[in-house]
Amino acid sequence: MNTRKIINLGKYVNSKDMWYKLILIIILFMCIVISASLGSADLSVSDSLKIIFSRIPYFGKRIDLSEIAEVYLRIVWQIRMPRILLAGLVGCGLSVVGAAFQGLFRNPLADPHILGVSSGAALGATLAMLSGIGLHFFGLGVIGTFAFFGALLTAFIVYQISCVGSKLPVVNILLTGTAISTMLSSVISLLMTFHHDKIEKVFLWTMGTFSAATWDRVLFLFIFTVTCCGVLILFSTELDVITTGNDTAESLGINTVRIKKIIMIVASLQVAACVSVSGIIGFVGLVIPHCIRMISGPRHKGLLPLSCIGGAIFMIICDTIARNAAAPSEIPVGVITAMLGTPYFIYLLQRNKKGGLS
Amino acid sequence: MKKEIKQAKEPGILVDSLSWYPKKDKNPILDKLNCLFEKGYIYGIIGPNGSGKTSFMKNILRFIEPEEGKIVLDEINLMNYKRKDLAKKIALVPQNIRIESSFLVKDIVMMGRIPYQKRFADASEIDREKVKKAMLLTDCYELRDKSVTTLSGGEAQRIVTARAIAQDTQCLVLDEPTSSLDVKHQIELMQALVKLNEKKEKTIIAVLHDINMAAQYCNRIIMMKNGRIHSNGKTEEVLTRENLIDVYDVDFDILENPRTGKKYYVPFSKDKKV
Repeated sequence: MNTRKIINLGKYVNSKDMWYKLILIIILFMCIVISASLGSADLSVSDSLKIIFSRIPYFGKRIDLSEIAEVYLRIVWQIRMPRILLAGLVGCGLSVVGAAFQGLFRNPLADPHILGVSSGAALGATLAMLSGIGLHFFGLGVIGTFAFFGALLTAFIVYQISCVGSKLPVVNILLTGTAISTMLSSVISLLMTFHHDKIEKVFLWTMGTFSAATWDRVLFLFIFTVTCCGVLILFSTELDVITTGNDTAESLGINTVRIKKIIMIVASLQVAACVSVSGIIGFVGLVIPHCIRMISGPRHKGLLPLSCIGGAIFMIICDTIARNAAAPSEIPVGVITAMLGTPYFIYLLQRNKKGGLS
Repeated sequence: MKKEIKQAKEPGILVDSLSWYPKKDKNPILDKLNCLFEKGYIYGIIGPNGSGKTSFMKNILRFIEPEEGKIVLDEINLMNYKRKDLAKKIALVPQNIRIESSFLVKDIVMMGRIPYQKRFADASEIDREKVKKAMLLTDCYELRDKSVTTLSGGEAQRIVTARAIAQDTQCLVLDEPTSSLDVKHQIELMQALVKLNEKKEKTIIAVLHDINMAAQYCNRIIMMKNGRIHSNGKTEEVLTRENLIDVYDVDFDILENPRTGKKYYVPFSKDKKV
């Protein structure tokens, strides 16, 4: 008798999610094109669109580039595009990790840096700057290489300390991460007091910048980001249930310890990769997931992909401002993310007062 | 009575000299428990704080592993089940029912169907029907499109119960299900369980603090003290004044509930007679 009602009840796939994804992808594309046309050498949006499309196989051959000067082609394709894509990938990676951590640790304050990974990266980078060793790894440069391995080492240490037998209590993870992070920061401060001349360089690195973007780095980060996002999205149902409680998840046949381990490993790799190419960019991983959650709801199947796209858009906008607002000098992108993001976040909070953050 | 005899042949959960203790501490929390949960009954596990009720429950759910002895479910050792298969046999209504993220009620209840679903698969017609039935049984169908963060404690308890019912298991474990409910919802929840039990011949195991709840609605009582089963059997036979004094260390007046004819227990201090 109630077949219609049953069917209504079963409408679980939020068809809105598809629209949100489509709209956000269009916005993302527009951001890339507009950002590519902005800079010290001014291009029209249609020109940058042509240049980008000309690189698409098959389709690109039909585009006539004869009216655009060779130098612009090079500026867009060799300088601006790697930087834009790198910013997008970092934004995507940090947001998706933030979203997953907030669910996994059932803590709205969780962000990608909560495991202390970023402090480890910063210490690695600081050591590289102070020692001046020449070493390269996947086009990362010596600083990036040190940062990457510093981050992974820290994640490993935090993980080892917070393990109790075969279990991984959330409180242990969060406290260990914070403690290790604080300790590493003071080590950096200590190193800086002995090397006054390098303070500025270290400081600027920790604020985050994409000025050293290359296609190599884009490829490097792309591999990590695709893997990480793929794994996290694969576990979206499990994350949903873990959000509602550990015991509940266990009683529904979910191996919570295994999932925690897998997510922590892929997330640490992702954050290490992000930080090693860009420095420490705060705020994105904390706030973008919350913003997205307000439109997508708490289900990770929608939340994670939308966070990816949303994070990329936000980071590209921030980086475009960072390199243009005070040209020819650059503002650290971490400054922009917080200054631009906070007011918007507060606006969303006010608008959603009823529902609260989660 | 006929029904009871028939059901006694059905396989259930057999607990065979189960011992459990935290690793470093050698004092057993559970000390050689033996009992049988037969299919079709409502079991109440009662006992004072620290008597091992929760640890016992966690062992039944396989949240922790027995140090000695074993639990056998449908003639297979509990440790040999795959996670998903176990989740099709035993469901839990946890004590902490607060859900912080703003899932819709129907989403939460649908989570009970996860053991039956393939990754990324949509809810099947069967899933939807089970979810709807579970919501109707626990009287929360009207709440289906609400966000769980807006619910009262009683409503949240009913939704979490609905999820466990939607899991469609032969055994349902409840951890102090009535502790956050007002009188009306306490009665409604317990009646829903009785109804569920009548229809589907499930085994229901409830860890309870309220002796009168246990006396009213449970067919069988397992009374625990200091990590051992003090007494075990039919409700009226276990809940005697002697047993209660022995386990709880307070005295009881035993009255009769004029409506149901069941016993009603009024505790008072052994020393002061108040």
